[in-house]
Amino acid sequence: MRILYDREACQGHNRCYLLAPELFDVDDEGYAVLRIDGEVPTDLEKKAQLAADNCPEYAITVDA
Amino acid sequence: MAAPERCPVTDWATDLDHTDPEYAARAPEIWSQLREECPVAHSPRFGGMWIPTRHEDVSAIAHDTEHFTSRGVIVSVFEPDIPAPVGYAPPITSDPPFHEIARRLLLPAFSPKAIRPLEEPTREFCRGLIDDLLAQHGPGDTVDAAAQYAQHIPVRVIAHMLGVPQSDGDRFRTFIHRILETGGQNGPVAPEDTLTYYLIQRIELHRQEPSDDLIGYLLQAEIDGQPLTDDHIIGTVALLLIAGIDTTWSAIGATLWHLAQHPEHRRRLVEQPELLPIAIEEFLRAFAPVTMARKVAKDVEVGGRTMKEGEWVLLPFPSANRDPEFFEQADEVVLDRERNRHAAFGLGIHRCLGSNLARMELTVAVQEWLRRIPDFELAAPDEVRWSTGQVRGPRELPVRLGATADAA
Repeated sequence: MRILYDREACQGHNRCYLLAPELFDVDDEGYAVLRIDGEVPTDLEKKAQLAADNCPEYAITVDA
Repeated sequence: MAAPERCPVTDWATDLDHTDPEYAARAPEIWSQLREECPVAHSPRFGGMWIPTRHEDVSAIAHDTEHFTSRGVIVSVFEPDIPAPVGYAPPITSDPPFHEIARRLLLPAFSPKAIRPLEEPTREFCRGLIDDLLAQHGPGDTVDAAAQYAQHIPVRVIAHMLGVPQSDGDRFRTFIHRILETGGQNGPVAPEDTLTYYLIQRIELHRQEPSDDLIGYLLQAEIDGQPLTDDHIIGTVALLLIAGIDTTWSAIGATLWHLAQHPEHRRRLVEQPELLPIAIEEFLRAFAPVTMARKVAKDVEVGGRTMKEGEWVLLPFPSANRDPEFFEQADEVVLDRERNRHAAFGLGIHRCLGSNLARMELTVAVQEWLRRIPDFELAAPDEVRWSTGQVRGPRELPVRLGATADAA
């Protein structure tokens, strides 16, 4: 599974950071920062999906 | 001091008035009806206002800063008197490009990491309130969960952040009620009894005695090497006070209203505390308190209807959150909802600055209530009174206490 994050679409809702802190950090202004590069570790795939499914701005996409 | 008379609403699709007590009581039903029958409704009230109710239209407007301005975000019989891009309460009333400058000043103070240290003081406030309640009341007694609990929590937290006395809470609530719940229909108010007058005095006190709080921070902040203007500081502090109190109070109250009626949800949250973060987002979806507003900046078509420059647009995020086209089982509270792109904190560049603060307060308030008061029910369902205007939550919420737990 790959994960993509669109910084332009992100408005800092912080839903990804709360649901998947292993995959997302936040910067000082509260915008998401993707902690991994592209490929999602198998044990975090469910969390990656959750982060994508709960982003109000559709800033996160995953593809299996 | 009587407010002007207002005609009762007979048809919500052509004459909606969000300050009508019936709207306050039945808003979710009215939104459902409008989404089916007239998804972009119009009302001649307040000089003409549009009411989109589908997620798709609410989202499109929230993301369109070209055709919609935030110069006016509270629908009122008065025209906003300070033009964009700054507006009277930056950044919520600001448009691009000034919006981003004003917002970036505040973002660091409201990031998740900046809010975390406020969790323990908030927990202490909540515990203190419940200790006081349970010192006077026991199982079988009726207490008002809105007036005796929910309303005090955000007042104390925001007063703590701003560095203003917590004992001024009643005054804040009066100011806020006038601004948010009546659409400007208040009758005359003495100049010394206004939020602006209060803030001018507080800011002067902070100038004389610099302090490490948000007002102190704004007094030292600069834009392009220049200190902020007094109007900017007053507007921003007013915004933080107004936006931080009624809203969170409403979310806490509405969540307790729901839990009072759903023992199975109370039990599940007590038995599975790890579910709470997901459940809190579901309460935010189902009981989102805040409806924003815009003014039409340029004529534009939305959902097949033409909006004209200068008209008001209500942005009912709570209605978007219950749109069955966007959410499965939209009118049900599904505690473990896994796909929840709710818009309780708005969408687009004006996403609620205080969302992390609100989320933390709601979480802690529900946790602490359930820890001591795991069983409670509505004492008089007909006596629950919901606020009118753009922030919706229970203002009177009588609940009967069941078994209570001792403080650990």
